[in-house]
Amino acid sequence: MGHSTTNYNLDQKFDFSAALKKSIMTVLGIGAVLLVAGIILSMTGGHDHGAEEGAHAYHWYQRLFANLWINNVYFTGIAVIGVFFFAIQYAAQAGWSAGILRVMLSLGYWLPIGAGLLIVSYFIVSHDIFHWTHAYLFDKNDPQYDYIIDGKGGFFFWPLEKGTFPIFFVVRMFVFLGVWIFFFNKLKALSFEEDRVGGTEHWRKMRTWSAFFLVFFAVSSSIAAWDWVMSIDTHWFSTLFGWYMFASWFVAGLSAITLITLYLRDKGYLEMVNENHIHDLGKFVFGFSIFWTYLWFSQFLLIYYANIPEESVYFVERLQSDVYGPFVFVNLILNFFLPFFVLMTRDAKRHGIFLKVVCSLIILGHWFDFFLMVQPGTLGHNGGFGLMEIGMFLVYGAGAAWVVMSNLGKGNLVAKNHPMLEESYHHHI
Amino acid sequence: MERDKNFILGVYDDEDVLLDAITKVRQSGVKIHEVYSPFPVHGIDDVLGYKRSKLPIAAFLFGMLGTSLALLMQFYMMKWDWPMIIGGKDYAGFPVFVPVTFELTVLLAAFGMVGVFFVSSNLKPWGQARIFDLRVTDDKHVMAIDLAVNSGMEEEKLAEVLKSSGASEVNKKSFE
Repeated sequence: MGHSTTNYNLDQKFDFSAALKKSIMTVLGIGAVLLVAGIILSMTGGHDHGAEEGAHAYHWYQRLFANLWINNVYFTGIAVIGVFFFAIQYAAQAGWSAGILRVMLSLGYWLPIGAGLLIVSYFIVSHDIFHWTHAYLFDKNDPQYDYIIDGKGGFFFWPLEKGTFPIFFVVRMFVFLGVWIFFFNKLKALSFEEDRVGGTEHWRKMRTWSAFFLVFFAVSSSIAAWDWVMSIDTHWFSTLFGWYMFASWFVAGLSAITLITLYLRDKGYLEMVNENHIHDLGKFVFGFSIFWTYLWFSQFLLIYYANIPEESVYFVERLQSDVYGPFVFVNLILNFFLPFFVLMTRDAKRHGIFLKVVCSLIILGHWFDFFLMVQPGTLGHNGGFGLMEIGMFLVYGAGAAWVVMSNLGKGNLVAKNHPMLEESYHHHI
Repeated sequence: MERDKNFILGVYDDEDVLLDAITKVRQSGVKIHEVYSPFPVHGIDDVLGYKRSKLPIAAFLFGMLGTSLALLMQFYMMKWDWPMIIGGKDYAGFPVFVPVTFELTVLLAAFGMVGVFFVSSNLKPWGQARIFDLRVTDDKHVMAIDLAVNSGMEEEKLAEVLKSSGASEVNKKSFE
């Protein structure tokens, strides 16, 4: 409509500058110091309430393991969301987002590392995180035999005998992470090949691969949520847990994409990305924050209303606990009330400053969500939010940021031969 | 001359021409009364210099009204008017009020917004729409210029501005 085509620099490359390296290393350093301080505090410390009836003695390293698990699941999730959102753009044949595709894809660089850490840490932390890994639960002659967990045992141990090696669980973990990494590499390779070759053929191929990835991810993300998080509270289950955890991942991932985009724009990159694209990202963060709340509340309301003891115990452990009770409300405030009221207006979604504040707090807020999913079931009243939690979060966050930003600097920042790049320039809402 | 009575109309065949014409006409100092179009033209509100609609504010206020009324109603019913024990819960257990509160918030926000839109657009059952040119319901775009508002300019001059901006014809229209 009478617009003239602007000639943007499509060969721009992100410079992983010394200043940024220094900031990330500073965060990493602060995190490491806090983590060590937290470890020393809990080794020497006042958190040990000794063994209770029917429970194991509490050791300081269990808290370290719980933190490892929280951050492994959380950051691996954010990484795979980058690939997921990238695939959505292709499956939906979206044009508006062509300028920021590489930002989405870049989150995936953490995926192989996060997956490796997740698998390695599983073998270290399994007995301390997953109650169902104990063999005595499945032994009918043992006084601690658990009828309910025995009934669920096949889901972890099939085809081996219950209480031995959880082959089914481990195979699922390898397959899910492996296939996600495969699709990430495939989409990445096709996207960069399109830069060299051009044409629409690669776009079509990526669309097909994306569609297959989305189908696989829809099922695997849900099962991963049962496996990696819901099985911590082995007796308890919730049928929408897969969606709920996916929503948590998705909002955090969208916030990360928005933050990186805003950072790149502030540094003078991606000049074809204007406030209309930022507005759309803001709408995604706003909308899916409400989606997360919808799932959180649906899970809560049905359990509260039915009041069946074996279900209610999940919220009793959280809401009526001195340790976790306040964080349930922190979780809701950061992940619902904050984005809902701050991002409600159009202006807030179009101006970077609101989004920067809200997205940063959302990334923290959804960490609290995972904190509340993992710690009550593993540590009980021995858990809490302290130096170790802050430290581990900062270490993982800085590590993931380093990997993502350094890899972002290696390739072309814009998918320069994307067939809908021109459409993206003229995106206007 | 009385306002809102006598108009000079520019008729345009193409929305691209129309968008350029609006800019040109406004630059020559003419105040446009309204532009009528058979379909939404992207970017037309920008070139016309329209301020953003205040409708979202109305929606928010009506939504808040819905929230308040819903909570008031449920608390009144469940706590004071006819307390009942359901499933061993408190009389006024807040979580169970949330779905109804949500629904009434959405309902009142939507109805309120539509109502405000009707009122502000003067859409009422007994209202009579003013048709500047029947062809705006088919394939023409019409730019209406109020002669009284632009009394500083000769009628011939206005017609000249419209013609030179790309109008395929220039007509006059008066309403009683």
